[in-house]
Amino acid sequence: MKALQLEMALFRVEKVVAGSETKLRDGVLSVDQDELADKVRTDERLRAVEVRVANPGDSVRIVPVKDVIEPRLRVSGEGYPLPTFPGMIDKAAQVGYGRTLVLRGAAVVTAGAILGFQEGFIDMRGPAAQYSPFSQTHNVVLVCEPVPDLPPHQHEEAMRLAGLRAATYLAQAALPLAPDEVETISWLPTQGGAPNGGRLPRVGYLYMLQSQGLLHDTYLYGADAKHILPTLLSPTEAIDGALVSGNCVSACDKNTTYHHQNNPVIMELCQRHGRDLEFVAVLITNENVTLEDKRLSSSRVATLGGMLGLDGVIISKEGFGNPDTDLMMNCSKLEEIGIKTVLITDEYAGSDGASQSLADAHPAADAVISTGNANQEVELVELDVVIGDPDRLPALAGATGTDNRIELQAVTGATNELGFSNLTARWQ
Amino acid sequence: MVHYLNQFFAQIGGEDKADLPPSAREGVIGPGQAFAKEFGDQAEIVTTVYCGDSYFAEHIAKAQEKCVKLIAAAQPDVVLVGPAFNAGRYGMACGAVAQGVAQRLSIPVVGGLFPENPGYEMYRQYAFFVETKGSAVGMREAVPRMARLALKLARGEEIGPPAEEGYLPRGCRKNFFAPESGAKRAVAMLLRKMAGLPFTTEYPMPEFDRVPPAKNLPDAGQALVALVTSGGIVPKGNPDRIPASSAGRYASYSLAGVTDLSPDQYQTVHGGYDPTYANADPDRVLPVDAARALEKEGRIGSLYERYFVTVGNGTSVANAARFAGEIAQALKNDGVQAVILTST
Repeated sequence: MKALQLEMALFRVEKVVAGSETKLRDGVLSVDQDELADKVRTDERLRAVEVRVANPGDSVRIVPVKDVIEPRLRVSGEGYPLPTFPGMIDKAAQVGYGRTLVLRGAAVVTAGAILGFQEGFIDMRGPAAQYSPFSQTHNVVLVCEPVPDLPPHQHEEAMRLAGLRAATYLAQAALPLAPDEVETISWLPTQGGAPNGGRLPRVGYLYMLQSQGLLHDTYLYGADAKHILPTLLSPTEAIDGALVSGNCVSACDKNTTYHHQNNPVIMELCQRHGRDLEFVAVLITNENVTLEDKRLSSSRVATLGGMLGLDGVIISKEGFGNPDTDLMMNCSKLEEIGIKTVLITDEYAGSDGASQSLADAHPAADAVISTGNANQEVELVELDVVIGDPDRLPALAGATGTDNRIELQAVTGATNELGFSNLTARWQ
Repeated sequence: MVHYLNQFFAQIGGEDKADLPPSAREGVIGPGQAFAKEFGDQAEIVTTVYCGDSYFAEHIAKAQEKCVKLIAAAQPDVVLVGPAFNAGRYGMACGAVAQGVAQRLSIPVVGGLFPENPGYEMYRQYAFFVETKGSAVGMREAVPRMARLALKLARGEEIGPPAEEGYLPRGCRKNFFAPESGAKRAVAMLLRKMAGLPFTTEYPMPEFDRVPPAKNLPDAGQALVALVTSGGIVPKGNPDRIPASSAGRYASYSLAGVTDLSPDQYQTVHGGYDPTYANADPDRVLPVDAARALEKEGRIGSLYERYFVTVGNGTSVANAARFAGEIAQALKNDGVQAVILTST
């Protein structure tokens, strides 16, 4: 068997500007705003699309933010035409091997209110900027306006597809160029052999996807995650377009499509694969709302973990409150059969930090990574330019009723539970 | 800075002056001199506020309010309380002052307490309490440690964990940036856990409150039943301004004469779910229509004349527990025997 080998051809983007032609030269991505808007407006559900750019340090606020996507294009592998986001804007095919062009440092940001309070914001400078990873990316923002009376679910889908289309459109700018760097992620089961002849611990990654429905949805090859049973993914396909966010939910701890494409747990486990551990599989599961579904999914997770002979599992979560129960059920059922777990979660400890952080708890959850208290407030300063609609800011989940403070909850990616950032919390 | 003292340390008198109400004086008094020496030219105690221990204990709300007012007038950057060592009433007063200052003025407070002083357990989250000896013999040690923390806070510096900075744990979660990402820390922790090596969880599990279900009603057909929801159904316009998430309050509204919730008169303010279906028919979240039907059929005695509502979206467990206690007491006082609790 050959290793699943994914070549990520990286093209560095150090600045994004508006231009008469879409091209990439010397790290500067110029964007033909009209052409990009036309590509995206092929969806008749979008009445108007405005394309804007924002670079780190600019006095710019983007609000309300729906999704963030890394510009990518698959250029070799299976499928014709080659799929970048199979099941979404492309035909179904195997991803996770072959070559994918990546505009590293760039991001597509989709903006425009669908539900108003369930989107987030990104500040490119000021006190809130340090909490969003997307204050550090060079952003091409699509401000999308739907046709009148478009139902929210249609609106969400139209914006989701618009973001993906823009991501593949922008990545085409790299086609004539040689990459700055090629990162090869090669994954093949090691058959358990450690470099020193011993046995490496067998590690799995349990990837919990938000799937509560009513616009809290994630898509796996286009399949709605609330209808899947827990299943296995290869580490390379998980980061190569198989997973797409369809979430309108609190911004701090939802996984944007960008987070899926750059899942830090998968990257870290791949790096240590064959050296410190054997990365056996990604187990994908959902976070459904009924207790019966939670029972079913967590039991399937434990069975799969047992079948794979895992010694340990990292569990990441998406969202908060209701999914705390899925997290605890997954943890306790895996620990019950002797599989060690480490959980990644954020906290909702109140703005003073004095409340209990999670809505559920279990004694088996003795190894927890915290990605920070989402209720902690940050100062809101005035910025020169607002892309989108500034009036939506006071309505976001996380707004405090004051003009100058907001909870991290509203900052896109602030307490991401894949452990994407360095934010954490401790006792004071 | 402003310094809070009791009547004894303010050099007014002993137990005979303990019923002295709050007052203030410009400049330093008693232990304030030691702080002034410690601060040098980096900070100044502009006002000292003091109150008799008995007066404070017997008029907590009033004394707290008055002290906060006197402190606010001086516009300090940091407030010092005590140290109160193991003096119970004085420790409680220091804590109450700290609570008022932290909650109403958002100004940091530094104090000094013996760990068994009841003021610590009660008010630990509102101040940085340096650990002191049980009596005033510990003054000499306490002052420089309190002064160091006060200066750090005055300069707006981050305060590290309790053991590092020398204060008693406040029981508060505080954000900071770790040197490595959460994902890297997670893999490192798992490797240690699998190898049987010691590791430190970043969030120790709380004692979880398991509530045994109540006994069945002996006769539901006679029972007074109430509706309570965390699904955010409020009269149109949200008159009590319940927030879409992280709710700090709940409200209660009359159901007298209401048989069905119309979308013209009710809406949801919950920010955690798609409100389309709840707004189209608010009975989907607060089932007044179904409850009235049960009432008519005699399957419940009657529907309680009011309902309680909050939003359970990112709302802290501490707030939720407080709401629940108050709502349950109000329902009990009115003779409600059962509650239908709808969530979303």
